[in-house]
Amino acid sequence: MAKTIKFRLDGTAVEALEGETVLEAAERAGLRIPHYCWHKALGNPGNCRMCVVEVEGAPKPQAACRLPAKEGLVVRSASPASRRAQSAALELHLVDHPLDCPVCDQAGECGLQDYYMDIGRYPSAMREDKAHAAKRVPVGPHIMLDQERCILCTRCARFVSQVSKSHELGIFGRGHNEAVALVPGRVLDNPYSGCLADVCPVGALTDRDFRFQVRVWYLDGADSVCPGCSRGCGIRVHTSTRRPWHNKGRRLARLKPRFTEVNGHWICDEGRYGYADFDTDRLGKVMRLKDPSAELGWDVVCDEVAVAIRQGMLKDPAGLAVVASGGLSNEDWRAFRSLFVDALKLERFLFAPEPDQVGEQDELLRRRDKVPNLEGGKAAGFGTQIKSLDWDGLAGEIESGKVWGLYVVDRDPVKVWGERGRALAEGLSLLVCQGPRKGLTGGLAHYRLPATDWLEEAGSFTNFQGQVQTYLPALKPLGAARPDWDIFSALEKAVNG
Amino acid sequence: MPVSVRPVARPSRGLWEQVYILEVVRGLGVTFRHFFVNLWRHGLKLAGRATEPGAVTIQYPDDPAVLGRRARTRHRLLRRADGSPRCTSCLLCETICPAKCIHITAEESPDPGVEKRARSFDIDIGMCVFCGHCVEACPVDAIRMDADRVELAAYSRTALIWDIESLMQEPR
Repeated sequence: MAKTIKFRLDGTAVEALEGETVLEAAERAGLRIPHYCWHKALGNPGNCRMCVVEVEGAPKPQAACRLPAKEGLVVRSASPASRRAQSAALELHLVDHPLDCPVCDQAGECGLQDYYMDIGRYPSAMREDKAHAAKRVPVGPHIMLDQERCILCTRCARFVSQVSKSHELGIFGRGHNEAVALVPGRVLDNPYSGCLADVCPVGALTDRDFRFQVRVWYLDGADSVCPGCSRGCGIRVHTSTRRPWHNKGRRLARLKPRFTEVNGHWICDEGRYGYADFDTDRLGKVMRLKDPSAELGWDVVCDEVAVAIRQGMLKDPAGLAVVASGGLSNEDWRAFRSLFVDALKLERFLFAPEPDQVGEQDELLRRRDKVPNLEGGKAAGFGTQIKSLDWDGLAGEIESGKVWGLYVVDRDPVKVWGERGRALAEGLSLLVCQGPRKGLTGGLAHYRLPATDWLEEAGSFTNFQGQVQTYLPALKPLGAARPDWDIFSALEKAVNG
Repeated sequence: MPVSVRPVARPSRGLWEQVYILEVVRGLGVTFRHFFVNLWRHGLKLAGRATEPGAVTIQYPDDPAVLGRRARTRHRLLRRADGSPRCTSCLLCETICPAKCIHITAEESPDPGVEKRARSFDIDIGMCVFCGHCVEACPVDAIRMDADRVELAAYSRTALIWDIESLMQEPR
């Protein structure tokens, strides 16, 4: 165990680990010292001077982010002298800041605003005109740069050199002309570029996707887990439901990383921007192919599906195949197994990530399997005792007549099979499609059961390292949609009669 | 927060009040006092001895309504010198509005000096409580409540929603 160092901060005893700075120890103890340039994952260049604190015995204020914790140190971060020094540092940051908060997307979650209300409130001594610089420079597909608002904390430059290691941004010029800019000839398009809007403590780097959509004080939030790949990064979901005319009517406003041991401080752009169409093409009611406009209750449809399954199985008990994916939560997998394996004793399953669910992988976060919960499926026996078919094998079995029925959970065989998909789907005597979107199976399913999407239900995912993480609902289910496990349970009840 | 309660005694009716007719005469006395004081003031004005006349009855709606100088009436959106709306779509008025009657959506402005502008700016006059908080909140003096129009009735609820174009029109 590392040696602990005891010191006092504003009258509170704080324990620091060996080698920690005063600021790091304070943050870990939940005590706030103002700061911009220090970031837990990006180091402490000590250039913003916002964390200056009074140290007993020292002639001048010290930067807490560069001050190693020492035994018996007495630090005062809120004394009049400290606050005067912090306020002076803030005034310098605001010398050339345009103060265009009304049009700045960061307003409401901006470090400059927060600290001004907390330790600023000085009459500005600035009598000169503010220096102007480039505004709204689209530096990449996701990020907008505003050089005027920048306070040169260098967090972004450190992110692209230390974390994404793509080196697109740099600090150029000296003195009054110093500015953040793109390295000539480069575009900020690394797979983690969205994180720059998070690390920027002011409104200099903002999210183009979120720009002008909603003011941040209208957002609601919930802690969730990204379902984009088998990493399962912790995310904070921000929704806009109180004023439907904002955010182009979409309920999901943005996803922000949430610090967990799994993902640290970051998430990738695929996960962050992959859910822009969350509310499009949603299935809100139970639908039957014969009379799509009929208003059907869940009970009626569950009974009809159960009867169709039972009748088909009288002739050929092994001829019903099930297509699912690692998008199911642990709770869904349990109910899934209970229905299809324990109650119906089916043998043909397709759940492994086929080309429709496989993508890029890198060392930082992204994983090849673009589904969150393959491990949860394994724990329920899928991938261990029960082997998965592949798309071609399943198509062959349908063509040869071995498979008469298909139960699809949130995947689209018609799209995967391409040209022959339509003929294959029409050849089935029963096609049930359960999922949140209307377009799945090209509208050919005999029954379409609306399921909630991951933001509308609670559950847990097990990531590729075996880490089980829970996610909480951020939105209400649309229409008659029910969680997948609930549908499986209702069907099991109907099948058992 | 502690609440202090002060009991107020209910006024009792004595014999004087219960003899109804005496109170009627007293009430008529008030009416006649106003009548004669007003008559006196109008007389002074006619004789050129006073600047303000006595109280007058305005025959609204046959005659136009007379509004106070600081009356809060229908909203007006102001324009810049080039004719574009001053509004930067910061949503402060929408945020402070207690009636939630202001609906703004923002978009990118083609003018690099403006950056953000309103794509739509609707005020539901039917919901507005005419408190004037939007005028106080606006950082760029883009909205005022001085259109001096109080006749805002319409035949449908949707017709009570004023869009950005109609709010920018100069009142007749």
